[in-house]
Amino acid sequence: MARMIWRLAPWISLLTLALAWEALASSGAVTPFMLPRLSGVLVRIWNDTLSGDMPQSLGLTLYRALSGFGIAAVLGIPLGILIARNRAVHWFFDPIVSVGFPMPKIAFLPIVSLWFGFFDVSKILMVVLDAIFPIVTATVAGALSVEREILWSARNMGASERQMLREIILPAALPEIMTGLQVALPIALIVCIVAEMMMGGIGLGGTMMTASRFADSPGVFAGIVEIAVAGWIIVKLMAMLRRRLLLWHAEALAPPTV
Amino acid sequence: MKALIKYLPLALLAVAWEAAVRLGLVSRDLLPPFTQVISAGWTLLTAGDLWLNGAASLYRGGTGLAIAVAVGGTLGIVMAWWRPVNAFVSPLVEMLYPMPKSALIPITVLWLGFGDGSKILLIFLGCMLPVTIGAYNGARSCDRVLVWSARSMGASRLRVLWDVVVPSAMPELLNGVRTALALSFVLLVSSEMIVSRSGLGHLIGLLGEGGVYDAMFAVVLAVAFLGFFADRLYQMFVRRVLQWRE
Repeated sequence: MARMIWRLAPWISLLTLALAWEALASSGAVTPFMLPRLSGVLVRIWNDTLSGDMPQSLGLTLYRALSGFGIAAVLGIPLGILIARNRAVHWFFDPIVSVGFPMPKIAFLPIVSLWFGFFDVSKILMVVLDAIFPIVTATVAGALSVEREILWSARNMGASERQMLREIILPAALPEIMTGLQVALPIALIVCIVAEMMMGGIGLGGTMMTASRFADSPGVFAGIVEIAVAGWIIVKLMAMLRRRLLLWHAEALAPPTV
Repeated sequence: MKALIKYLPLALLAVAWEAAVRLGLVSRDLLPPFTQVISAGWTLLTAGDLWLNGAASLYRGGTGLAIAVAVGGTLGIVMAWWRPVNAFVSPLVEMLYPMPKSALIPITVLWLGFGDGSKILLIFLGCMLPVTIGAYNGARSCDRVLVWSARSMGASRLRVLWDVVVPSAMPELLNGVRTALALSFVLLVSSEMIVSRSGLGHLIGLLGEGGVYDAMFAVVLAVAFLGFFADRLYQMFVRRVLQWRE
């Protein structure tokens, strides 16, 4: 019995939150403008789904966020490996990465939109710019932490540079690379939404901003619920991918964390 | 000298920027020369625009972050300490953590309007969860043996919490705060660019709309380096605080 309750606890707490929202909104303590009823928001999402507006904006937002994330991964992982393996590349990129990582890249958004306009290119570019740094730093850290003895023995046994990369460095760095990707994914979503809010157009960020300007608060809350659910699903999928790819790794045996 | 060689690539980038514009490779309308940006920045600095807006931004960011650290850190430690709290709160944390916090910008505006309050609330909401998760993981990994021995030596539960669990949660908690610090800059600048009447983000948007691109570039660079220096300062602070570990 007790075990059942612990198992059910997540659902109970989500349900409590939903009920509390509904109760607070219908109690009259807050205006419907400040907090529309959850049921009304859900109806709104359902109607937008039927009319095709919601799938279109959500799809565009996810397309921008995920393609930016993909580009950042495709550029960032090889760059990270190069920084770890090549002295000249390390010399050039190390200060750029260490200064660029903590910078709020979002401030560059007006410049990027000045150069590339208000369409997909500049939104995706913003995502790449923000998502690439955690991927690069994680890859560098992963590639540098490969045990020297393994590298030495591989080279001793006549492995070529390419073989070492494929057979040793990449697999050994994979856990950290995955961590970098897992950090970068929510960042990609955050930046994509901000870019859409500022540049307008179709997409969840733009739709929410329009709703907010017209004081259409169910529209704003519908956007939040949609993006929260979509973000949660994507992050879960990424965690599943990690478990899949790292089945061989010792961490697969450890209990999962939050 | 060593630092000079280390940061030479950044200087090279600045020189390449200046040269590209001066040689006509890039249009001046798209990219004002580096030296012109610096002098525009100097003008803003002496005219006081940078100080006024910078102070507004710093106040919002600092307040929001401070509340987030206080509430988020406490919540994380309490979650690790009492199981019922954990069972009911951690699903919510897990559900809300991946949510793009920037989606909250329109809501904070609906609730608190265009002033300081909406930015502080946004930064608090956006920065709380990384701190909570850091504190939770840190407190959870606290050595059981330490807790047991403190208990057996007669420390009360509260005393154990304060003297054993909190210090051992510190490293991860502070790491979470670092993530929150970076996030706070993102949220601050973007909310100020979207809806505000003051602040550095507002200044960037204003100058951009007015077409004063050299000054806009100057403010963008100022914000970027402010973020960088805040991170460096924070890391120095953390090294101080965690000295007892070495």
